[in-house]
Amino acid sequence: MKVAVKILPREVLLDSQGRAVHDNLKNHQFHLNSCRVGKYIVLDLALENKEEALKEAKKMTEFLLINPLIESYQLEVLEESQSFHKN
Amino acid sequence: MKIGVLRFPGTNCDFDIYEMIKAKNHEPIWLWHQDQFQMTDIDQILVPGGFSYGDYLRCGALAAKSPVMKSTLEFAKKGKPILGICNGFQILCESGLLPGVLLRNKNLKFIDKWVSLKLENSNPYFYTQAHQSKIKLPVAHGEGRYYLPSEELKRVQDQGQIWFSYEEDINGSLNQIAGVMSAEKNVAALMPHPERALWEWMGGADGFSFLADRGSL
Repeated sequence: MKVAVKILPREVLLDSQGRAVHDNLKNHQFHLNSCRVGKYIVLDLALENKEEALKEAKKMTEFLLINPLIESYQLEVLEESQSFHKN
Repeated sequence: MKIGVLRFPGTNCDFDIYEMIKAKNHEPIWLWHQDQFQMTDIDQILVPGGFSYGDYLRCGALAAKSPVMKSTLEFAKKGKPILGICNGFQILCESGLLPGVLLRNKNLKFIDKWVSLKLENSNPYFYTQAHQSKIKLPVAHGEGRYYLPSEELKRVQDQGQIWFSYEEDINGSLNQIAGVMSAEKNVAALMPHPERALWEWMGGADGFSFLADRGSL
C-alpha cells in the first residue's frame, strides 16, 4: 500500500523558496496571493491494512521526514487507481 | 586530548578540522558515519562542515540519524564536549542535541565572507581562553538562518545558551544568532568557520583559540 506524505513549511515561517517562486510568477503577469513550496513523498509499504499503513507512515514521517519546528504534514493513502504519472 | 572528527559522505571541512586539532597538539581520530565508537577512547568530538548526504531532505537530517550519531548522543549524555561547525551545527540541531533549526538564508544566496561576531555567553570547553568579546571569522553557508519558536527562544536566552551573534544581519537569523549551546553547555556549535582562521595569512587568526591548549582542560 502506498501512502503519500505532503509536507509544507509552517505558516509562521518565511518560506524563502515559495517567495522566490511567487515573485517569478508575478513577474510573468500571473496573479496569485501567495505560494508555498514543500515536499511530496510517496512511501510504498508492505502493508495491506489502511490503518496500519497510516500508523506506520506517521511513525516514519515524525522520525525523519519532517522537522516539527518548521514543517506540518498530511498523509494520504493512495489507491491503486491513483497513478501520479499519466502516460 | 583525543578529538574525534565525524565524517559523513559529503563532509568537506574534515581536513581543515584535522589541521586545527594538530595545530593545538591534540590527536585527531576519524569517526566514519557508519561506525559506532567507544566513548572511553575519545575526549571531545568535532562535527565539521560540508554537505552531509548532499543536504538531501533537510540539511543535516540524514546525518543526524546515522550510526555514528548514536554513539555521539551517548557521548553528549555523559556530559562530554561536542563542537559543531556549519553543517555540523545543522546536524546537531537535527539530532536534537541543540535547540532550533537552520533555514535557507533570507536572501536565498550562498554567503561566503568574513563577518564580525560578538561573544554572548562563554562556553566552558570551546573558545575558553579568549579575551576578546568581538572576533572575525569567515562564513560559507546557504542555510544559516537560525530559527526557533518565540517561547523556546526565550527559554534558550534565559538559560544563557546563545554563544555568538553576528554584528550585522547577514542571513536573517533570529536575533542575529550565529552560535548556540545546549542547556548543559557541553554541546556548542556555530555557523562561522574557526578552522579557516587559524593564522594571520589566512586573513585572521581568531579561530585559533576555539580548541583548548594541550593540558589546559
